[in-house]
Amino acid sequence: MKILIIGAKSDIAKAVAHEYAKNGHDMVLACRNAKESEIIAKDIHVRYNVHATCMELDVTKFATHAAFVKKIESVDGVVCVAGYLGEQKKSQEIFEETLKTIHTNYVGCVSILNYYANIFEEKKNGFIIGVSSVAGDRGRGSNYIYGSAKAGFTAYLSGLRNRLSKSNVQVLTVKPGFVNTQMTAGMKLPKLLTAQPEEVATSIFRAQKANKNVLYVKWMWKYIMLIISLIPESIFKKLKL
Amino acid sequence: MSLRSWGNYPIMENKVYPLQDVKTAREQVKELSEFIPYGNGRSYGDSALGKNIIHTKKYSYMLAFNEETGVLHCTSGVTLAEIIEVFAPRGWFPAVTPGTKYLTVGGAIAADVHGKNHHSAGTFTEFVESFNLLLPDGKEVECSRKKNKELFYATAGGMGLTGIILDAYIKLKEIKSTKINQITYKTKNLEETFAVFEKIQSYPYSVAWIDCLAKGKNLGRSLIMAGDFEEEGKLEYKTPKRKAIPFYFPDFALNTISVKAFNWIYYHRIWKKESKQRVGIDAFFYPLDAIEHWNKMYGKNGFTQYQFILPVENSYQGLKTILEKIAASGMGSFLAVLKLYGKENKNYLSFPMQGYSLALDFKIHKKLFPLLDELDDVVHLSGGRVYLAKDVRLSKENFAKGYPNLEKFIEIRKKYGMNKKMQSLQSMRLEI
Repeated sequence: MKILIIGAKSDIAKAVAHEYAKNGHDMVLACRNAKESEIIAKDIHVRYNVHATCMELDVTKFATHAAFVKKIESVDGVVCVAGYLGEQKKSQEIFEETLKTIHTNYVGCVSILNYYANIFEEKKNGFIIGVSSVAGDRGRGSNYIYGSAKAGFTAYLSGLRNRLSKSNVQVLTVKPGFVNTQMTAGMKLPKLLTAQPEEVATSIFRAQKANKNVLYVKWMWKYIMLIISLIPESIFKKLKL
Repeated sequence: MSLRSWGNYPIMENKVYPLQDVKTAREQVKELSEFIPYGNGRSYGDSALGKNIIHTKKYSYMLAFNEETGVLHCTSGVTLAEIIEVFAPRGWFPAVTPGTKYLTVGGAIAADVHGKNHHSAGTFTEFVESFNLLLPDGKEVECSRKKNKELFYATAGGMGLTGIILDAYIKLKEIKSTKINQITYKTKNLEETFAVFEKIQSYPYSVAWIDCLAKGKNLGRSLIMAGDFEEEGKLEYKTPKRKAIPFYFPDFALNTISVKAFNWIYYHRIWKKESKQRVGIDAFFYPLDAIEHWNKMYGKNGFTQYQFILPVENSYQGLKTILEKIAASGMGSFLAVLKLYGKENKNYLSFPMQGYSLALDFKIHKKLFPLLDELDDVVHLSGGRVYLAKDVRLSKENFAKGYPNLEKFIEIRKKYGMNKKMQSLQSMRLEI
């Protein structure tokens, strides 16, 4: 078994790589700067004796995707962890920031996953794991640019799942909730609702093996987001969220 | 969140900078006015505490392993626990390991740790072929016994005061089984303890638990454990499930009576003079790691471990005096560990020397430091020294007496500008 991890330098991606390597999978690690992920590939090779290679891939450079896929065609699964939190305030003022957020979290992921969806559909085999976010469940004033991109990604994965279920291809949507990573370093996160990257990785691996559709890493998140989405808009718009 | 040391004393505010990669580390050390590296927080005292901390734990990568020579190239945040998990099933084990496996390779080099096989193998850095060191000016240097050797001898055992250890080449030892044949001797007093230790030098691993509250004719009674890996057997390893102490014990939990009772039971639970057991890696090397956060047992005010070593010719008299003082004070510890060490190495600040070392845990208490000052005097009059990886209160005068190569170390610190930028609470207290 060989998997492709997109956005391989993030803490979640690293943990996912370890989890799959531990379970005997070879892998391709794709990120913007392949040199920076080489250390991760070496580490995985020494620890788990599996094959890991690094490839350059920028999800926001759509034009490069076809060539990338041509090189990395024969994989059994794709895990898309690419993401960019962005700054809400900056996004409101500078369109480039908005675009970067949307391109990284939505358009870029869609562009690359489209290729693999077609490949897997034809093979009638494979899996696609997309790491989306609880922020996509309802737009909030404090991060709706990021949230809306993730909402789009969630809807994309849901549609993809609907299409590919007939072809024996699993699509798993992951909504990690708060995770202790470099992306959230310095933020004050509630302990009970915050997962470690390793916890996210084990949950993803298990959910994929169990053929699940949607994964909330900490179960509380499912209900928190349910409640949040049930609040009537007339009240919701007045809340400070 | 501020980082603490294993002893939970002292508690201070600090700013934590995680070590992510060499590039960011280079910028960090250039920018920060003062910093100290910190691995996984297993040193007991204030040696890894400071205003700004470079946290190396997450810089954990195994870069290459040579199956022929057993040399592992890894970054400084890799823990011995990870090394064992990966390599014990393949027939390799750290050549030297202290009583916890949850320390980082960087920490192991900086404290030049040792273990139950000091008399037969020496310290951790004896098996370090070379390492890359990031100097406070952002320069990276390769250090070995041949290249930049003064930096090698200063950094090995140098308590993180010479730079950030980025990665190292360490030689693992080959094992044929993950089981250990252990033999336990029960001794009546200090004289017998010494006699047994000398008798069992041929075992690669040996250590004694000593009843530090026993007095009079029982003074120095011990259980001595010796052993070695089986020569043939299965190679399988899984870290056993750990129990955790979820909260700090209240202050009254540990007192003279409970400690005395524990020591009495621990000593008397073994009946025979000599008994044999076949045990796993964790039971033999890391009995305390089985309980996560066992340090919380000593309560919110924290604890310290006092570890000293005496030259072999003065060991018996010195230990007798010290054990008498401790028993009289009633401030004993659950775990008093005695061991006969082998030869000293060339590192400027390494702790081991040929002789007997004793390590004792004490709850922080207002009567404790005066007692330890008294013990310091005995230690240094006997030509011994106190272990920096455990220390939190030694005076600079006694420290200087114990470490004859201190001047050389200070010179190197000055030469590379380390003294201006790299400071721990310990280095400031000891004026290193």
